[in-house]
Amino acid sequence: MGKTYAMLQAAREAQAEGRRVLVAYVETHGRVETEALVAGFRVIPRWPIAYRGVTLEEMDLDTVLAEHPDLALVDELAHTNAPGCRHARRYQDVEELLEAGIDVYTTLNVQHIESLNDVVAQITGITVRETVPDQILEQADEVGLVDLPPDELIQRLHEGKVYVPDQAHRAIDKFFRPGNLTALREIALRYLAGQVDHQMRAYMEAHAIRGPWPAGERVLVCIDADPLAERLVRTGRRMATGLDAEWIVLHVETPEYATLPEAARDRIARTLRLGEELGARTVSLPGTKAAEEIIRYARAQNVSKILVGVSHHPRWIRLIHGSVVERIIRAAGDIDVYVISSASDRRRASAAPAERAPLHYTPYVFGAGVVALAVLVGALVHGVWAQANLTMLFLLAVVIVALEWGRGPATLAAVTSLAAFAFFFGPPSFTYTVADAQYLVTVTALLVVGLVIGTLASRTREQAQAARSREAYMAALHALSGELAATNDIDAVLQAVGRHIGATFGRSVAIFLPKEDALEPRLETPGFPLSENERAVADWVFRHGHSAGYGTDTVPAAAARYMPLKTSQRIVGVLGVQPSSSGPRLTPEQRRLLDAFTSQAALAIERVQLTEEARRGDVARETERLQTALLNSISHDLRTPLASITGALTTLADHPPADEAVRRELLQNAREQAERLNHLVGSLLDMNRLEAGTLRLRLEPGDVEDLIGAAIAQLGEAAQQRDIRVTVEPKLPAVPMDFALVTQALVNVLDNALRYSPPDAPVEVVARLAGNEVQIRVEDRGPGVPPGDIARIFDKFYRIQHDGADGHGAGLGLAISHGIIGAHGGRIWAANRPGGGAVVAFALPVRPPEPSSAAADTRTDRGDRAPEWATPGRAS
Amino acid sequence: MGDTGPRVLVVDDERAIRRFLRASLSAQGYQVIEAASAHEGLEAAAAARPDLIILDLGLPDLDGVEVTRRLREWSKVPVLILSVRGQDADKIAALDAGADDYLTKPFSTGELLARMRVAVRHAAQPADEPVVTVGDLTVDVARRLITVGAREVALTPVEYSLLRALAVHAGRVMTHGQLLREVWGPGYVSDGNLLRVNISKLRHKIEADPARPRYIVTEPGVGYRLRVPA
Repeated sequence: MGKTYAMLQAAREAQAEGRRVLVAYVETHGRVETEALVAGFRVIPRWPIAYRGVTLEEMDLDTVLAEHPDLALVDELAHTNAPGCRHARRYQDVEELLEAGIDVYTTLNVQHIESLNDVVAQITGITVRETVPDQILEQADEVGLVDLPPDELIQRLHEGKVYVPDQAHRAIDKFFRPGNLTALREIALRYLAGQVDHQMRAYMEAHAIRGPWPAGERVLVCIDADPLAERLVRTGRRMATGLDAEWIVLHVETPEYATLPEAARDRIARTLRLGEELGARTVSLPGTKAAEEIIRYARAQNVSKILVGVSHHPRWIRLIHGSVVERIIRAAGDIDVYVISSASDRRRASAAPAERAPLHYTPYVFGAGVVALAVLVGALVHGVWAQANLTMLFLLAVVIVALEWGRGPATLAAVTSLAAFAFFFGPPSFTYTVADAQYLVTVTALLVVGLVIGTLASRTREQAQAARSREAYMAALHALSGELAATNDIDAVLQAVGRHIGATFGRSVAIFLPKEDALEPRLETPGFPLSENERAVADWVFRHGHSAGYGTDTVPAAAARYMPLKTSQRIVGVLGVQPSSSGPRLTPEQRRLLDAFTSQAALAIERVQLTEEARRGDVARETERLQTALLNSISHDLRTPLASITGALTTLADHPPADEAVRRELLQNAREQAERLNHLVGSLLDMNRLEAGTLRLRLEPGDVEDLIGAAIAQLGEAAQQRDIRVTVEPKLPAVPMDFALVTQALVNVLDNALRYSPPDAPVEVVARLAGNEVQIRVEDRGPGVPPGDIARIFDKFYRIQHDGADGHGAGLGLAISHGIIGAHGGRIWAANRPGGGAVVAFALPVRPPEPSSAAADTRTDRGDRAPEWATPGRAS
Repeated sequence: MGDTGPRVLVVDDERAIRRFLRASLSAQGYQVIEAASAHEGLEAAAAARPDLIILDLGLPDLDGVEVTRRLREWSKVPVLILSVRGQDADKIAALDAGADDYLTKPFSTGELLARMRVAVRHAAQPADEPVVTVGDLTVDVARRLITVGAREVALTPVEYSLLRALAVHAGRVMTHGQLLREVWGPGYVSDGNLLRVNISKLRHKIEADPARPRYIVTEPGVGYRLRVPA
């Protein structure tokens, strides 16, 4: 009452301070003074939404976000948005504005505060549906109370200054009674006082001011399927906030839980979620006895206060079992126990028959049948067996029924057994007259034992069922995590997630991963409705980290539900799950399982992405290392000859030696070094062409003898002085080759042999036909290749390190030969000769290679090859 | 020295190469004319009427093959191609277009002078030399007689034609195409197999070690050359 006006006035002050203020949504209700105030601001036009023939006007969130004012004014925080808006509730819009860094002034009535909701309902008798979570208010930097004395308010109401919708006049009259207003006023003042106190303490703590802090209070709220649970949670929250304590909402999954109707289990899940929304830690514990489990947990967690609801079991059960509450109180010791009760909630619960488990009659029929069978068998042996054994027969029947069909049918079986026994077999037969007091004892014992056994047996059965369903849950989770752990490929991870969700829940899914700035679908199982709108929802989820879409408060009109794939570090993607149109809704367990799947998927995706990043880093580092090594090697190999040449030339020019022999020596050296330089540049050029893949083979039938001659001739003087023995098998077929390139390959091999063998030792070149290929071997009597290095001699920049070797090579020659022979579809290999020395050999196919494989098919036989003419089989 | 020596036109865009050639060739008694581009070179060829042209393949304004072709439209002046590694295709094209021989950079002055001598001699004596002698090998064209040392070698008509073609251009490279055209005729220009087989047979008849030939040397990827002692 007057809060909109107050907000606008505060905003005017802000605008006067120079802040950019925007009216995002203000309801003036046609009041002149309010409208006059609004006129001072820029107003964002409302967004019209057609809904069931009516046009509703909502805040245009996207425009406000786009305008990005310093301060936005949003009236009526508790408002529920029209269907079609992004968020179900206006406070969610406000949260998004705050996240975007826009300050917001907003208004709220006290009865709309979530944790005060039921208190207000109790006082006024009116339940307000539109509530705002308390955290929203707690996040507020400042809360101002707009307060009027009740009488004045009622007067304003009568003067027509308070907006009242026409259709609500009667309700309003009932609501605006002085008693109600006073109560509401008190609630509001108390709430605000609490807030102020809270802020004060936060301030004192932040400034390290010592004070009488309550020492580590912890509130435990115990819930079950009772509708009272929600109220318990709200009360717990108020208590926790009042104490500034941490609070926990606990549910103990007793065996009974498995037998609860679907609606009841759903309610438990909802209550736990409510607790989470209100800021509690929520815990679900399996256990047989709720009270013991609660006390054990409370002690372990150092809980100081326990909140429970009164037991809702009928009085006689409580008499037999003792209520959970009583047992908690007995065992609590120094822990305070608060018991909450509410009659109205109970009524509401029993007025909802849909929440009851539907009664199945078949088990009862079967149970009665088993008892009938026992009667028949009893009739056969009646008079033969002792009475006591007949009793056993009926007990057996009750146990079988209990194990097979549960407690209800077992109870029925126990009662009918008693009746049948008394009627058929208790003397006198076929009457209910129990003549003998002894039989009365037998009959009563039969009933009691039957009931107890029945209860125990059915409990065993329920526990087994619960274990089975937990087992199934664990198995599904285990299957997924096992498969996710085994894969390192992002697509395989996504496939596994899609497949498992499909198999477990029968839903189609889509997974979105960010790529650069956009979110893109990486996996969609058949049937997933992937449209532009759906992608926009997924995108929103990715940016905000909250679930959205079908079944949530944000864009509930979407066809699927979207959940962020969140790890502790970041949001790695979005999972979309399409609800099943025909099949059942997910049970709370299934929802929990889906949550577990989601977090498993998020972790797996993050792991794969991190691995990939690490690997990329490794590759980059390795490439960089190789490039540095290569550059160092080349620059060394280029500079050494240049240094010799420059040295020789400057000496000759500046300080010409008198001795002719010295001059010759210098010039000879410079010339050799120039040749070396030329050779190196040529090799680098060849290597570059090979690696760039630009090498085009001009294949023509080549004469092997000619080839060897050309290679030796090209070696020039180095070969002239050496003993090179050539043996060419007669009638060798022509070999398809690029003659110039293969000459170069052979030159390099020969050069290598000459370089690494003593000048007086012969080098042999042998060519022969072996199968479908011509092999050319070059054998020397040098020191051979160190055995460990045989596999490496065709590597770039590999040089054999040993004494006396002429270290002039750049380590490229054999690598080039390897490349050239490989491009021809041939093989090249190396080995040590018996008696010392090395052999490097290559083989070229006589048939021309397939054009496509010419460059790619670089096969090399390396390693410890038999030194004699092994004929290496050609792998295809 | 002086104005009397043979005139050599050097066409190369690299100043360092021109400078080095001027120094080496002048010392050998050649008159050196320089041109830094193809067009400059073609003009100088027409104006100065050199006895030999040294032509770089990689000129900036026109490629060496085209320059050779234009020269051959009006002149029979010997042309020596300077190439670098990796220009095999251009080299062969220039030779087929009428260039006399090629050298791959870097080359020694000795090599250059030997090639120049062969080219100039060949140009000066276009008529058939009746007898060509290379080491122990004698090719007597007039009498169709081949001897290696004292031994007379019997050749088939094709082998003889092949050897004669090489001998007539002794010291010069003959491309595969040129040899095929001269011995078998224009229709056989791409029949490399024919040439390969006959060169092999010829070598086995005249070479002491066919795997290390002394007379008929292979220019890988280009052609063959009857080697003359430098």
